[in-house]
Amino acid sequence: MSQAVSGLMWYIYAGFILLGLFLLFLRFILGPTSSDRVVSVDAMTTVTTALLVLFSLFFKRGIYMDVALVYAVLAFITVLAIARYFEGGL
Amino acid sequence: MWNMIFGEILILIGVIFLFLGSLGVFRMPDVYNRLQAGTKCTTLGAFSTIVGVGIIEPSWFLKSLVIAFFLLLTNPVAAHAIGRASYKMGVKLTEKSVVDQYGEEKDE
Amino acid sequence: MKNISRWLYTAIIMFILWVIFTGKLDSEELIAGVVISLVLALFTYRYFTEKGLLNLTPKKIFCGIIYFPYLIWEMIKANLDVAYRVIHPKLPIKPGIVKIKTNMKSDLGKLLVANSITLTPGTFTLDIKDDTLYIHWINVQTTDTEEASKAISGRFERCLKRFLD
Repeated sequence: MSQAVSGLMWYIYAGFILLGLFLLFLRFILGPTSSDRVVSVDAMTTVTTALLVLFSLFFKRGIYMDVALVYAVLAFITVLAIARYFEGGL
Repeated sequence: MWNMIFGEILILIGVIFLFLGSLGVFRMPDVYNRLQAGTKCTTLGAFSTIVGVGIIEPSWFLKSLVIAFFLLLTNPVAAHAIGRASYKMGVKLTEKSVVDQYGEEKDE
Repeated sequence: MKNISRWLYTAIIMFILWVIFTGKLDSEELIAGVVISLVLALFTYRYFTEKGLLNLTPKKIFCGIIYFPYLIWEMIKANLDVAYRVIHPKLPIKPGIVKIKTNMKSDLGKLLVANSITLTPGTFTLDIKDDTLYIHWINVQTTDTEEASKAISGRFERCLKRFLD
């Protein structure tokens, strides 16, 4: 019983997250300025971190949590570097 | 058993907020309002999802808390950096805006 | 003396993170963790902390424990607010940039106030100059500096001031 319920739940989670990523990607393509694109990339990295943590639960591998942490750190540095570049620094 | 149900509910709430944040980034009219939706909703969504996973697997709970608090600390900083950079690049506010005291300060 | 206290504080934080990430309590792991965190803290303490072990007084830890659930509660309210604005077909927003004053003196205090403002209803920090914060507000209610300060950051500063000073 609980197996079936959680099997159904996985489809719901994946549906919401993929729909969200699709909307963000649409904004990435449409975005009139480059700032809009960076905003969508920033939101995408947060969604991807949550997705990696969900993967680690799906495959029952604790090591994927470390992947998610390293991904979060690298994404933060990426966004900061792009923002500095826009300001004319770097 | 109860921690399974509680964790699944937390993950469901988090996933819905992640979706709403993405919808906000898609619908809002200018960069700053997109940052509002993109930062707030995705931060709470990711926080809730990650803590929910930690509750389902108790041996990962502390590690998931560290990831969640890291996101909580760094996402506002990234949003602030993007916002200031795009203001300095000259991205305009939307026509609906009522006041811009930052620009007034610059002109004086 | 001050530097030793800063060094030990950094090492303690690093060791706690080490224990969480390795997830084991073997003696070899713990000894390796102590050695590595002491060596790493030697190189990084001057960027990590100003006050050192003085950060660990019981009062501050207590205020920190009070502050985080409060922040999370404010975040939930903020998210329901933004979610309502996003779902509503007409997008009921009235955005603008206002400036407010803060009372926090230290850099860490300003960082925490700015982060808290970003995570709470309808506001995010655009720029900081000395004690003036420029806030992008999604639903502008007042353009007066005093009233805006009270509405946006007044609640946090009361708790954060006790936490930091």
